[in-house]
Amino acid sequence: MITVQHVSKHYGRHTAVHDVTFHVRKGDVLAFLGPNGAGKTTTMRILACFMPPSDGTAHVAGFDCLEQPMEVKRRLGYLPETPPLYQELTVNEYLTFVGRLKGITPSRVPSRKAQVIEQVGLGPVHHRVIGHLSKGYRQRVGLAQALIHDPPVLILDEPTVGLDPNQIREIRSLIKSLSGSHTIILSTHVLPEATAICTRVMIIHQGRIVAEDSPERLSSRVRQSEKLSLTVKQPSADWLDRLGTLPGILNVFPTAQPDTCTIECQLGQDLRDDLSRFVVSQGYGLLELTPLSLSLEDVFLYLTQREEFSEGSPTAPAQVTPSRADERAAT
Amino acid sequence: MTPFHTLLAKELRCFFVSPVLYVVGTVFLFVSGFIAHLMVVNAGQQALRLLQIQNTYAQLNLNELVFRSLFYSLDFVLMFLLPILTMRLFAEERKLRTFELLLTSPIGINEIISAKYMSVLLIYCGLLCLTALTPVLLSLSGSFHWAPVVTGYVALALQGGLFLACGVLASALTENQVVAAFLSFGMIVVIWLIGGFGALLGDSTIGTIFSYVSFTEHYDRLVRGLLDAKDVVYYVSGIVLTLFTAHRVVDSHRWH
Repeated sequence: MITVQHVSKHYGRHTAVHDVTFHVRKGDVLAFLGPNGAGKTTTMRILACFMPPSDGTAHVAGFDCLEQPMEVKRRLGYLPETPPLYQELTVNEYLTFVGRLKGITPSRVPSRKAQVIEQVGLGPVHHRVIGHLSKGYRQRVGLAQALIHDPPVLILDEPTVGLDPNQIREIRSLIKSLSGSHTIILSTHVLPEATAICTRVMIIHQGRIVAEDSPERLSSRVRQSEKLSLTVKQPSADWLDRLGTLPGILNVFPTAQPDTCTIECQLGQDLRDDLSRFVVSQGYGLLELTPLSLSLEDVFLYLTQREEFSEGSPTAPAQVTPSRADERAAT
Repeated sequence: MTPFHTLLAKELRCFFVSPVLYVVGTVFLFVSGFIAHLMVVNAGQQALRLLQIQNTYAQLNLNELVFRSLFYSLDFVLMFLLPILTMRLFAEERKLRTFELLLTSPIGINEIISAKYMSVLLIYCGLLCLTALTPVLLSLSGSFHWAPVVTGYVALALQGGLFLACGVLASALTENQVVAAFLSFGMIVVIWLIGGFGALLGDSTIGTIFSYVSFTEHYDRLVRGLLDAKDVVYYVSGIVLTLFTAHRVVDSHRWH
């Protein structure tokens, strides 16, 4: 559905995007992750035909962004970083204007408008002037604007920024419900968001793609060993050393709590069965045994830091400490 | 409804919900009415003087005494007022980032520019129509030739059209509305002063070119009742050239 080949964008001497190549299949939800100024917005703007690439080609729905921009624009809904709103119009007037501008036949405008107002939850404010709306509602009007002509491709630049937690959940579930029938690219700073709604994640750093895969596979790619967290009721003085003697265990790290430790074993090995039997037989009292997975945040830090390290000095990146994915998601 | 009509309708709607149009419109109509009033009173006084001297009712040329002076004065008023009408057209869109919406919608840049220009031209022509109250009222109590008045209105429409095109170009150049207003005012004054420079140089080739580039002599001929194709061509080509430059400016924003 979306094909980007060797796309670069230079602003004078500054290179915002450097030789980026990727494909998005129909129905996929792709998240752009990256620090500020990484080139996410520039890439999206190129896809939305707002600006032409300096090099390379971009195709959306089979049309070239440079050669056939009108065809691309008809099939694309775009929510820029700042929602493009006319403050002096009411939500209704604005959506009618955008609908007609995007080329919906006039007879279909009212039904489409009613549908998107329902979808993004603008019902209570549809007759109000946009300039008087709160930030959350403005963001929703921006989203409604991208959806009004029911485009097969959606490009959303930080769609949940400025929303409260409830609204974020609503918008995420809306995006999830659109996936499958729509091809979606979104950019975000919020890493759990990418894990929650995206089928694929692309990490961009300094204008280059550092990694691209599904969130789960990304974390397993970066992981070099399996890690487990173990909590017991009555640890003995030398329990860490005794755990270390078990076959297959590479390392045992103490944690801040004296009754909890992190156990490292070889990649692909599941030692939970052996460990639980050992703990019970020693009479420690097993309370908790959880496999630790790398959260997307760790992967992100690892990949973007590695880039800086490989450029700056040949030393290895900082040790990646695993954490519980669910804990990260909760924060 | 084509994208052009959609954008035109939206622009007109934005004009009517913003206070700028009402302020500019009120000032324009008040000033034009006031100038017309002064001219008519002045003509009346001259008639009285002639009556005292010659003891007969003099045939006053209202076209010359009232309308020509009125059209010359309005020219200056437009120089100040029209940049205020056009300043927001592109500057505001860029400031509020709504330009991103327009450029990522299936509408061409030429349609964007022509819709915006057409909207402000329609507003201006509407204001101009309201000033037609002066000749209509005068025709009830005096007599004058309608033809030079009509060409005078054509001159005002074309002159205003050129000023508005300059305003569109200035607005496309900057994000700041105040800068846009001053920039278009500056452009208009420069085009005007070039004429004075041309007159200084006299009949030399450069002098003729300068005089042609300025609107002074073209406006002058139209106001005096000479509807000449070359003056109309001057205005139309000037407007097209200015709007074309605005097109290039808008297009170039996409590249950096």
